[in-house]
Amino acid sequence: MSFSLPTESAKGRVREIELGIGDKKVKVGGENVLPFHLWEGEMPNRPIIAAEVYDEVIDEWPAALTQALEGVINDPVAWAKKAQDEWGVDAIALMLRSTDPKATDASADSAAETVAKVEAAVSIPVIVYGTEDLEKDAEVLKTVATKAEGKNLLMGPAKEDNHKTIGAAAIGYKQSVAAMTPIDVNLAKQLNILLTNLGMEADKLIIDPTTGALGYGLEYTYSVMERLKIAGLFQDDSMTQMPLMGNVGFQAWKTKEAKSSAEDYPEWGDPVKRGIIWETLTGVALMMAGADILILRHPESMRLVKKLIEALSA
Amino acid sequence: MGLSGLDIFKKLPKTNCGECKFPTCLAFAMKLAAGQAMLEDCPYVSDEVKAELAEASAPPIRGISVGTGDEAFKTGEELVLFRHEKTFFNPTVFAVLVSDDMADDKIEELVKQANECEHERVGVILKVKAIAVKAVAGDAGKFKAAVEKVKSLTPKPLILMTEDAALMAAGLEAAGDVNPLLYAATEANADAMGALAKEKGVPLVVKASDLEKLAELSDKLTGMGLKDLVLDPSPRTPKETFVDLVALRRAALKDKVKAFGYPTITFPCEETDDEMFETVLAGLYTAKYGGIVVLSHAAQDRMYPLLVEALNIYTDPQRPMQVDSKWYEIGDPGEDSPVLVTTNFSLTYFIVSGEVEGSKIPSWLGIVDCDGQSVLTAWAAGKFVPEVIAKFVKTSGIEDKVKHRKIIIPGYVAQISGELEEELPGWEVVIGTREAADLPAFLRQFSTG
Repeated sequence: MSFSLPTESAKGRVREIELGIGDKKVKVGGENVLPFHLWEGEMPNRPIIAAEVYDEVIDEWPAALTQALEGVINDPVAWAKKAQDEWGVDAIALMLRSTDPKATDASADSAAETVAKVEAAVSIPVIVYGTEDLEKDAEVLKTVATKAEGKNLLMGPAKEDNHKTIGAAAIGYKQSVAAMTPIDVNLAKQLNILLTNLGMEADKLIIDPTTGALGYGLEYTYSVMERLKIAGLFQDDSMTQMPLMGNVGFQAWKTKEAKSSAEDYPEWGDPVKRGIIWETLTGVALMMAGADILILRHPESMRLVKKLIEALSA
Repeated sequence: MGLSGLDIFKKLPKTNCGECKFPTCLAFAMKLAAGQAMLEDCPYVSDEVKAELAEASAPPIRGISVGTGDEAFKTGEELVLFRHEKTFFNPTVFAVLVSDDMADDKIEELVKQANECEHERVGVILKVKAIAVKAVAGDAGKFKAAVEKVKSLTPKPLILMTEDAALMAAGLEAAGDVNPLLYAATEANADAMGALAKEKGVPLVVKASDLEKLAELSDKLTGMGLKDLVLDPSPRTPKETFVDLVALRRAALKDKVKAFGYPTITFPCEETDDEMFETVLAGLYTAKYGGIVVLSHAAQDRMYPLLVEALNIYTDPQRPMQVDSKWYEIGDPGEDSPVLVTTNFSLTYFIVSGEVEGSKIPSWLGIVDCDGQSVLTAWAAGKFVPEVIAKFVKTSGIEDKVKHRKIIIPGYVAQISGELEEELPGWEVVIGTREAADLPAFLRQFSTG
């Protein structure tokens, strides 16, 4: 018998979104196929990897991370440059941990200053994330947007209760927004509608559907990403056609499986490899579910995901 | 699959005799179509019709069992391309590869690793489910010795690997009556290998260099009377493997290509020399349609994460995973340690217990049976309510384990604190945090004194 690959062509296409401006510009999305289904459509841009960079590390991080980040962990600019120059990432995800009102509670101005320094030091786009404190994030991101006018940062997370402030700042000062909703297709659509009603261009939005790490709700994020991608491609639903982002490093390295020592869990093997694989498998699963942007923390995880992207594109 | 109640009804006797315990043949047919009745319950249906209906109602991807007894595993029986459409059924099986040219101690080490890799999570035992033994030396004696060695070390199901039918017969003899999976029938050896598998009644992998040849070979073997097949399109590059796995699943489910209606086997161990990347490829095939995945080792630090991925991906989206309702000791809690309660939704449990553990403050975490719902959902559904929580506290023995009488409830159900105090005389109800992430800071300030 003869057999030809069963193909399915999509009606819709994921929006192609630009991050950054000028020489720093990187495009994400634009595909009209499910992840790496290259035989039946096109993926003009491969999923991109953004390196997590913190303006302040206050939690206790495992040796796997402190060793890999030795020398830069307290210096966001050096960290970002290392990620760009040595790890070869496509973007920087600057996490403004210092602004957390429950911890250091740094001012919006000081955070915006750090953003400006990091942005100036690298030649790749910058994603700027708050701490999921609704009021503080709104205040901080507004200041960040103002000071970095026209830089087209990807700012977030904008949630239903603070999207107006963050959206308005993004519109006024020409930035993009990552809209975050709690693992639900309809809520993700709804927030995109609210942001576009506010006057945001749909081509300036990214969906952050909330990431569950391996063992901690990965399957929920996995299925929500698949459903959003399928709705965008096969039902041509315009409010689900934004590229998807997985906040992988932050969630994966919170788990005890990633961060515990060998003394605490000898039955789990080498803690460094275990932590890296915990993060990497979270990222790989979400990439195969449809993530267009993966935020990762460990350089070895970045190498592994990149290697998979290359292998699947070969 | 796919036969409607009416299609089935046409083939029934239409006598409405009622011996099947349903009032009419039509009612029986409807139950059959819904999978809620067995055709055997009708004493009058002909054997011919039975065969016809069995064929039509067979799952589009056949379930294949390997091994015997408690250690046996099943792969296949998948009905959907995306887990949200229904669920995935038989989680990806991870196997570890040994070969007959390895030194005895190397085989021992790998099998020991596989044996030791066993973890419980949400009441499910996660483990390496098979050992693949490969004939590399080309010598029947050596292959037999390796199979015997592995058999003496583990009860796990075996995958016997050689394309030489005579060697395979030797390996099978050494394996004995344990229902191993034979790897593999190829274009060159299909007659002999097919005959051997048929004679011994064991499952057989079909290996071909492309999908067209794979379909031909699969049809040829089923023509020989074989039913239990596993497919290996054997490209050995990640990109081609991924394409083939998607194509096989789609062809079996959407186009009903019978030749492809079987589970798959993949070999990340042969696709890369990078030991970390091998795990990444296994992770890819776990998400996308790998039935059996063969690896070069069972190192815990890489195997455990893979097992958890398979657990997550194969969790039924309609039925939340639950953990047992009881008191979990986090750290090494004593009579002055904090007491917290929450629901038995596995995600709630994992996140809360992870944060409590991270706080380094030994605590008692009480898990109340709420049918696997999260805190707010369970509260709204009347399952995480004062009388239920009070009953759990009173009957679960915590009052003997702690001296104090302070109980921390999730911040999201602050409104029940008054009523809970009424239900639990002598206890002080403390409102905890809304988000688990804030628990460590909360616990550090909390005092049971």
